[in-house]
Amino acid sequence: MDNKAGSFWLPPQASTNAAELDELFAFVMDINYVFFAIIFGMTVYLSVKYRRRRADQMATSDVDHSLLWEGAWTFIPLMLCVVMFVWGFRVFLHQNTAPEGAMQINVTAQKWSWAFNYDDGQTTSDLYVPAGRPVKLVMKSKDVLHSFYVPDFRVKSDVMPNRYTSVWFEALAPGQHRIYCTEYCGKQHSGMYRTVHVLSEEEYAAKKQKGFEGKPEGLDPVAWGKQLYTKYGCNACHSLKEGERLVGPSFWGLVGREGVTAAGEKYVADEQYINESIMEPMAKVVQGYAPAMPSFKGQIDDDQMNALIAFMKTLK
Amino acid sequence: MSDTQAPGYHVPEQEETNYLHAQPGLMSWLMSIDHKRIGVMYLIAVFLTFALGGFLALAVRLELIAPGETIMTAETYNRVFTLHGLVMVFLFIIPGIPAALGNFVLPLMLGAKDVAFPRLNRASFHIYVVGTIMALWTTLEGGVDTGWTFYTPYSSTTSTPVVMMTMSAFVLGFSSIFTGLNFIVTTHKMRAPGLTWDRLPLFVWAIYATSIIQVMATPVLGITLLLLAMERIMGIGIFDPALGGDPVLFQHFFWFYSHPAVYIMILPGMGVMSELVTTFSRKRIFGYRAIALSSIAIAVISFLVWGHHMFVSGQSAYAGMVFSFLTFFVAIPSAIKIINWSTTLYKGSISFDAPMLWALSFLILFTIGGLTGLPLGTIGTDIHLHDTYFVVAHFHYVMMGGTVMALFGGIHYWWPKMFGRMYSETPARVAAVLVFIGFNVTFFPQFIMGSQGMPRRYYDYTADSGYEPYHVASTVGSWILLLGMLIMGLNLLSSLKKGAKASANPWGARSLEWVTQSPPIEHNFHEIPTVTQDPYEFPLEGSQKKASEGMDVTA
Ligand code: HEC
Ligand SMILES: [Cu+2]
Ligand SMILES: [Cu+2]
Repeated sequence: MDNKAGSFWLPPQASTNAAELDELFAFVMDINYVFFAIIFGMTVYLSVKYRRRRADQMATSDVDHSLLWEGAWTFIPLMLCVVMFVWGFRVFLHQNTAPEGAMQINVTAQKWSWAFNYDDGQTTSDLYVPAGRPVKLVMKSKDVLHSFYVPDFRVKSDVMPNRYTSVWFEALAPGQHRIYCTEYCGKQHSGMYRTVHVLSEEEYAAKKQKGFEGKPEGLDPVAWGKQLYTKYGCNACHSLKEGERLVGPSFWGLVGREGVTAAGEKYVADEQYINESIMEPMAKVVQGYAPAMPSFKGQIDDDQMNALIAFMKTLK
Repeated sequence: MSDTQAPGYHVPEQEETNYLHAQPGLMSWLMSIDHKRIGVMYLIAVFLTFALGGFLALAVRLELIAPGETIMTAETYNRVFTLHGLVMVFLFIIPGIPAALGNFVLPLMLGAKDVAFPRLNRASFHIYVVGTIMALWTTLEGGVDTGWTFYTPYSSTTSTPVVMMTMSAFVLGFSSIFTGLNFIVTTHKMRAPGLTWDRLPLFVWAIYATSIIQVMATPVLGITLLLLAMERIMGIGIFDPALGGDPVLFQHFFWFYSHPAVYIMILPGMGVMSELVTTFSRKRIFGYRAIALSSIAIAVISFLVWGHHMFVSGQSAYAGMVFSFLTFFVAIPSAIKIINWSTTLYKGSISFDAPMLWALSFLILFTIGGLTGLPLGTIGTDIHLHDTYFVVAHFHYVMMGGTVMALFGGIHYWWPKMFGRMYSETPARVAAVLVFIGFNVTFFPQFIMGSQGMPRRYYDYTADSGYEPYHVASTVGSWILLLGMLIMGLNLLSSLKKGAKASANPWGARSLEWVTQSPPIEHNFHEIPTVTQDPYEFPLEGSQKKASEGMDVTA
């Protein structure tokens, strides 16, 4: 099946759920148009027709209620509401219940990046899914609330630190779609967007084998490290400019820098220290900074770590 | 505009010292227990807070006109939109109509000398001032960046001064409770002879229903914010999972107050609507009972729908089902009101004075606001729309397109009564039309970009997302709004000095506030009036009675 282009109101349909939701949306919007036309039309018509022509003109009628009419405009909207409610709940239940055998991917959200964890143990910062297969995401947050939203798939669910939530979808065709965070989570809330890569079954299998986010061929480690710096959201907290302080210290001149931890220990920022800072950030917290650095344990593998450090070394 | 004398009542030919001049000096104002002076002070306060909140909104819009950093950093932006929400909700819109217009008008409408507890009324204003100072103080300290909803665990972990800000909202809550309590008792106990419940102006019904919600719901907000403060100060785990708490619990508590609070914000506006639509069409209200009782129905049902803010927050699907169902129920009373206002125009004699233009704006904008609530209450489509700009547009159509239009309509309507001066009509109409246009240009594009997927509370969006044109339109709209507001404000202010003197009843309205001189004397009425007819008994074309003649009322 192919993706369907977007409309005036809605973005493209790229999942099986989207068509179902859009049909309901169209129905509700039709009700909106009709009622708006009635009320707007009536208000304008009556205002013009019964406008005051002489200053002392009085109204010509003292009708002040009509059980029949009022009953009608209570009953008809009520019935339409019942229809919207029932239809809405059915769509919701369907969207909430993943089909048996859906492929599971675990998702960890943290300020301000996503980590997607596949059955073979690899972790990515973008999401990779095959087309035409139901996928279930089981999600948890490491810190505050986030919300996983893919407009083109019409899926959304909050991601919480103390319980698992899930969404499921079946992507229609290969392509790329935006992931947004829709629960306010601080400074880089709007920077938490990533991409879902929908791949054909064959391509999916092949890429998975090689590692979805392994070093792209022909790219040198430094350039790759620079990519990873934004991919993992380090840029939200670490500047590349000399001395610029964001949430954390700048990466400029970091490698080899001498510093003091909050506990008063001296350290030199060598490879070992940098590795530890990223994997166990709470072990040594830099003096003068909040312990706000999230751990990337299980997300950044050795190759990526080397690339990141290679990139940092160039910053001087 | 016809300049009719107050029908049937004795309004002294010789004007007497009015409440504005009853006592001289600033202190006599600040320490006044006169409901009219308290109302006017509230009016000044909400004008100022609206200006502040509006300024912040303009800053937000300007930042979003283009991708990337435009005028401020992400940290500043988060503080600005948070403060915009807090100011508009707690400092402006909640006290807006009830405390400013309600205080002034309600006792007059009841034919009373004052509210039941004038000192409590003054305390309410003083507490409001304290709460406002606390909020502004926190802002000078750097402001908070949690959003006005204070969701945990973000709010229990951010380094911004959340405790001080929540305490400010806590304090403001008391001001709101005191006002509500006062109005409930006043409505029960202080009605003029003959003013039975079914002769109450619908504004009174609306304020009465609002007061019930204020008194019943606000304590829950107080408790919630107190718990949040305890968590932050003493580390007691209630909402923060790191301490063993549950963030969803916070959302339940918060919306248990804040959904009813939505009706604290809109019901008074609906009350103003009923007055404007009848007066400017010289027509009995269509369906008095339906409108009055729907206010009460809204007050009751509004307590049962809070979960519709949490359809995708991991609450159970069946809880979601119940909340969705009840949400549709609360839509019905509002729908009845809208249709009844519109049918009130039927065979009326409709004039388009400035207050009526605001009322017609309300009718159109609030209809859009209400209808776009349907795809949000429909749980299946809410999945897609939740926390996008569609929601932002929806509640601005309801709150600004509804309440703010009603507030401005009400201000223009009662301005001559409050200050004894007429503003000039042409700029007032121009302002109303400009605001209507500016409002739609600002907020309609937000519906589209929202349903296209633009999330709310975003500092930035990418150039390839396709949202930019909508943002540009929206920002340009905000400038038109600004222009309209400025014209309105200047026009009203200049009327205080230059305006023509207003008669006791410049609009030919029928309720009791118009039977005393403009501005009223300190004790409102020389004698308490006796009421023998309905609040909207306008004479009919061809009948012997004229607007200027006998309402069968003795005073
Ligand atoms: C949420 C903000 C945040 C994010 C995202 C973040 N960091 Fe940090 N980082 C900090 C803070 C705050 C510190 C200083 C306190 C500490 O040492 O834990 C820090 C410290 C560090 C240090 C030690 C710096 C020094 O001067 O000793 C390194 C290295 C580091 N981060 C690397 C990274 C890398 C690589 C990433 C991305 C994969 C990253 N950080 C993402 C906040 C963040
Ligand atoms: Cu977020
Ligand atoms: Cu609500």
